[in-house]
Parts: sequence; C-alpha cells; structure tokens
Amino acid sequence: METIYRYDGSFEGFLCCVFDSYVYREVPAAFQSGEDIAPTLFEVRWIETDPSHARRVLAGIEKRSAYARELVEKGFLTCADDREGILYRFIRALLAEGGALLCRLSDEAVHPLLKAVRHLEGEVHLLKGFVRFSEFSGVLVGEIQPKNRVLPLLRGHFCSRFYNESLILYDRTHREALFYREGKWCISPLDHFEMARPEEREAQFRRLWKRFYDTIAIRERYNPKCRRTQMPMRYWGTMTEFQKEDYFVPAEKGAAAQLNAVPPSSLNANPVKQNLFAAAPAPGAPAGIPAPEKPRGSAPSGPGSAP
Amino acid sequence: MDLMDKLTILADAAKYDAACTSSGAKRGSRKGYIGNTSSAVAGCCHTFSADGRCVTLLKVLMTNCCVYDCQYCVNRCSNDTRRAVFTPEELAELTIQFYRRNYIEGLFLSSGVLRSPDYTMERMIRCLELLRGPCRFNGYIHAKAIPGSSPELVERLGLLADRLSVNIELPSERGLQTLAPNKTRQSILRPMGQIRDRSEESREALVKYRHAPKFAPAGQSTQMIVGATADTDRHILHLTQGLYRKYRLKRVFFSAYVPVVENSLLPSLDTKPPLLREHRLYQADWLLRFYGFQAEELLDDDNPNFNPLVDPKCNWALRHPEFFPVEVNRAPYETLLRVPGIGVTSARRILYARRGGTLYHEDLRKLGVVMKRAQYFITCKGKIIDNLHFSQDSVLRGLIAAEGRLPAPEMEQLSLF
Repeated sequence: METIYRYDGSFEGFLCCVFDSYVYREVPAAFQSGEDIAPTLFEVRWIETDPSHARRVLAGIEKRSAYARELVEKGFLTCADDREGILYRFIRALLAEGGALLCRLSDEAVHPLLKAVRHLEGEVHLLKGFVRFSEFSGVLVGEIQPKNRVLPLLRGHFCSRFYNESLILYDRTHREALFYREGKWCISPLDHFEMARPEEREAQFRRLWKRFYDTIAIRERYNPKCRRTQMPMRYWGTMTEFQKEDYFVPAEKGAAAQLNAVPPSSLNANPVKQNLFAAAPAPGAPAGIPAPEKPRGSAPSGPGSAP
Repeated sequence: MDLMDKLTILADAAKYDAACTSSGAKRGSRKGYIGNTSSAVAGCCHTFSADGRCVTLLKVLMTNCCVYDCQYCVNRCSNDTRRAVFTPEELAELTIQFYRRNYIEGLFLSSGVLRSPDYTMERMIRCLELLRGPCRFNGYIHAKAIPGSSPELVERLGLLADRLSVNIELPSERGLQTLAPNKTRQSILRPMGQIRDRSEESREALVKYRHAPKFAPAGQSTQMIVGATADTDRHILHLTQGLYRKYRLKRVFFSAYVPVVENSLLPSLDTKPPLLREHRLYQADWLLRFYGFQAEELLDDDNPNFNPLVDPKCNWALRHPEFFPVEVNRAPYETLLRVPGIGVTSARRILYARRGGTLYHEDLRKLGVVMKRAQYFITCKGKIIDNLHFSQDSVLRGLIAAEGRLPAPEMEQLSLF
C-alpha cells in the first residue's frame, strides 16, 4: 500500500518525513503540505514535526558530507516539481552510500537536485543585480517576483551591502518579506504588500535612472534577443527601467508616503546564529504604505531602443 | 543646464566604452560606510541595455569637452555637439543615490580632456575623493587614467579607484598617428607601466603591512577599437597577448567601430559595426585567458583572420585532427579544455564526476557538455557516439549548424557516374 506523507511545509517538517519513512520502513509515494492538499486514493499519513528528529536527520547528512547538507538546505528553497521527492531520493541514496555519491553528478538521485539548485543559484545571482529599491522616509523598499525562494540566499548580500540602511524586500511569489535594520533581520510571511507612490525626490532618481538606461544603449548594435537571453522578461516587471509612465510621477504633496518602521523586537537579535529556515515571528506589516493606483503589472513597457 | 540634461549628454558620450565589469576586488562592508564589492567574485550585472550589453556601473564622462581631435571619437573638439560638465558634488550624489537603490555596482568615470590632461585628472580625483571621503562610498570605482597626465596624479587616482584603465584606442601605432594625432603610443604605455609597477609594489607591501594602502586592487584593463583601421585579427590577438603578459592586464576589451563621423580616413558612415568580428575576438580572448591557448596557435600568416563561420576553438580543432579524439575518462584537464563543446565548468565537472565511475555519452550531456559540438571529438571508453558517421566536411557543416545561423549552402557538384 502506497502512502502519501503530509507535513506542515517547513524544512524541519520535511526532515521528519525522512525520519518517519525509516521508522515505518516505507517509501512515501508523494509529499503534501499546506495548501496543495488534494483528495487522494492513497493512504495519507500526517507527519508531526519533531525538532529533535529533524536534527538527527540533518546531522546524518552532515556526517556524510557538509556539501550535501548545503545542497539539501538549498534544494528545499527551489521551485522544482516534486521538490520533496527529489530531496528524498537524494537523502536516501546519500545515507546508504555516503559522500562518494556526490561524485556521481549524472546519477538519477543526484542530477535532478543539482539541476534545481543550479537554477536557484542562477536566479539568486541575477536578482542581486536586478532588485530595485525605492526610498520611503529613509527606508529602502523593494519587490521581487522570483520562481525560487531566494530571500534566504539574498539576505546576506543585501544586509551586508546596505549595512547601515533599513530595508524591506518583498517576495510576491512566496508572500514573504525580508526586514533589515541596524544589523538585525528577519524573514517572515506577509500576505499583502503594495508600494506607495514615490515622493518627488524618489521619482526624480527613477527618472534619472530610466534616462540613463535608455541613453546607454547603442542604436547600431540593437539586439533585443541578446538582452532577453541575459535578462529574461519575467524579471522586468519589478525593474524601474521597464515601468509605465505613472511610475515616475510623484504623489501629490501632502499625501506623501508614510512608512511604519518594523518594530525592532521582531528582528532577530543574533543574525549569525539564526537558522535559515526557522520561522521568524511576524513583524508589524508596513500598513502605512498607501497603495498605488494599480499594482505594477509584469508586462514591460517597452523601453526605447536607443537615444 | 539641469542634472537630467547633463546625465543624458555625458552617458551618451561614454556609451562607446566597452568595459563595464565589477570583478576583481573583494572588500566587505564597513560600519558607517555605504556598500561593498563582495559580489565581485563573478561580477554583478544590474541590467542589460537594449543592445544586450551588461550595465554594471554608472558609466559617464566627467565632461565631454575635449581639446583633442581624434577622428573616430564623438567628443572630438571639431565635432558640433552639446557639451556638459559634471561638478564633483553632483556626480558623487548621483552615484550614491543610484547605488542605494541597487541600480548600479559603482561608478565608471572617464572624461574628455578639459584644458589639459592634468586639469581633467584633478577634477576626476576631486569627485572620487568626495565619494571615498565625506560620502563614505565603499562600492566599486573604475577610473580612466588620462594619457599624458602626470605620474603623481595617476598615483592618487589608483589609491581611490578599484580598477584603472588606459585605452590603447587603436591596435597599431600607425592608426594612432593618422586618427588620434594628439596621442602617442608612449603616452598610453607609460601610465600602463606605472600602474603595473605600483600594483605590484602595493601587493608586496600588503604582505608585510596589513593596512598598507591598496593601489588599484582590481588591476587594470584597456580597450581598443576594431574595424576603424586595416589591422588583421592576428595582429590584434598578438597585441592582446602581449598586453596580458607584459602589462599583466586583467582584461582587454574590443569595441566594434560604430561610424559616428564622416571622414575620409575612416570607414564610411553606412558601414555596419563589425559585431561578428568583435565576437570572435572575445572568444579568442577567452581561449587565451582560461583555456591555455597561445595566439600563435589560433591564427598564423596563412590565416590572419578568424573564420566567420565557426568559432576559434572549433576552427583550431578542425585544423588539428591529429589531436583528436580525446578519451574523456583519461584525458587531463588541459586536453579536455581543447575539445569544442567542453568549457571550464564542464571540464571541472568531468574531472570530479569520473572519480565516481566511468562516464558515457549520456552522462556528459548532464554535465553540461555541448554534445552537438563535442560529439565529433571525444570517445567514452574508446567508443564514439552511436550512429555517428562523419567526414572532415560533414564535421564542418555540423559545427556551422551548431552556431545557429547557417549561411546558404554552397552549390555542390554532383557526380553523375
């Protein structure tokens, strides 16, 4: 009888699925969590999350290879179809065969995971450049729409680069946000987020950037295909240079954006030791950001090819 | 003139500079400072312009006023164009604000020659001092040393910037004489030599004293225009190799000449920029820097220019059938790198993966090897790929097809008997 494992959707919950599959001596047919629960003919087993079980599984992986642990942690952030299945098969093979498994890059148990992690890392690398911040009362606010859960991997980059700033980076796809202020950070779920209309100074820098972007292209070398290859259009929706005209128009005076800063109590006091996957306490949502007329669409506004 | 106009004019005037990289300097963030250069291990592109080129840095000129009259340049003094000058304060503020919004990785500052090379350099230095000092900017700065300026100023510039560059402009001295009469080979090579020597001193000093000042920690680069003069690819590639060896440059950039002015000495205005040629030169440049090739192997007296149909590595492979096939399970790294379709990453993966067992053709594809190129040149455990029959000619056709833009096939004489 095949069994489906249902868990709470956390990384630790997933590790407990691995743990319990050894306890019950069975290979789960599939994994379910959170919202993707569909009626099924298979037997469903609910897996309780027990941190001590999760720690034992992770320690077992780490003992085989530290790199494998990194792969598993990153693999859980990817958007691969059957992500848990890929991870499960990898972990089982690793626990059976040890670190030597990692050499077999084209193995059925290894290759899908490597591929998914490469996709994740590629997206992280691109987004380090493609994220755009806007300033609202001294706080830098940005939005992204990635396929993978990139925030845990982008965090280190932006928190150290903008060490002395306060920033909020919202992930539309996974509805979570990174909050950072004064050396403290947290990543927490946030259902609703819309950016306010800019103040005049902010709007001016947006216009200056758009102008720079439109000017820097050489008309004689126009090559839209090359641009799309390097910068797929799915990223354009959140990039300043591809927004429609009203994005560059400041809000009426008096209706200037107000931003409720994140309460420091919700930020983790020790960012270094903070586990990448621990659920952080929910901070106060920046409710004070009035909505723009229309949420920004993902369709690009077709920039001029050249000056 | 407002800031928008200045930015438009000075970005427009700077756009023909090819260099836009942020790699080579690793500097973490500091309390009280803005930014770092730690994404610099692989560089970080912040956007791509409509011509498909990466935009990493705020690339502008300090001014496009110029006392020189280089024939190929839009900013030459005899050209009737709008001129603008940034004040150091304006540019520093713009850089900081763009950087905070994650538009850019840093500043690329070049300039036309205002009054004299020294005067121009002092103005650039003032802007960088403002950025590094009161603005507390800790991000990446690429600055251009103006040929003909005094060594003391190059020294000061190098202590402020991460990377310096001096443009070699044209591949030959004769080209320089005809097209850029105010510049000499000497005035270009002297600061290059100075930067090389100072970087070395600085690296040595850093070994002894941890806080020794860093001089251009990301090294230096240069750029030359391709297609404005009659120089061959062979000449350009040899020059490039010489620059890497003698001046220890990090990068040599090629810029396909875009006709911007009507001049009897230059290609006519309706010439298309030689983009394919530029592309082939970059491919060869990669072969020199990462694949262990020598310029002499790629081009010689009989073949002074690159084959437009296939890339330089395939071209080399086709002319050296004695080198192939390569046995993937045994060949050393250097040999694997010579196989078309195997790059630095996939060669490393092969070395790693074959520790875990024998590799077969279907594994290679998963390792990232481009089989449509590599299939003709490799064996796995002594076997070539199944059902692959080829001759010298069909390999060439296959490789041309792999390039993706197959030109119309030439007529072939059919044998009737």
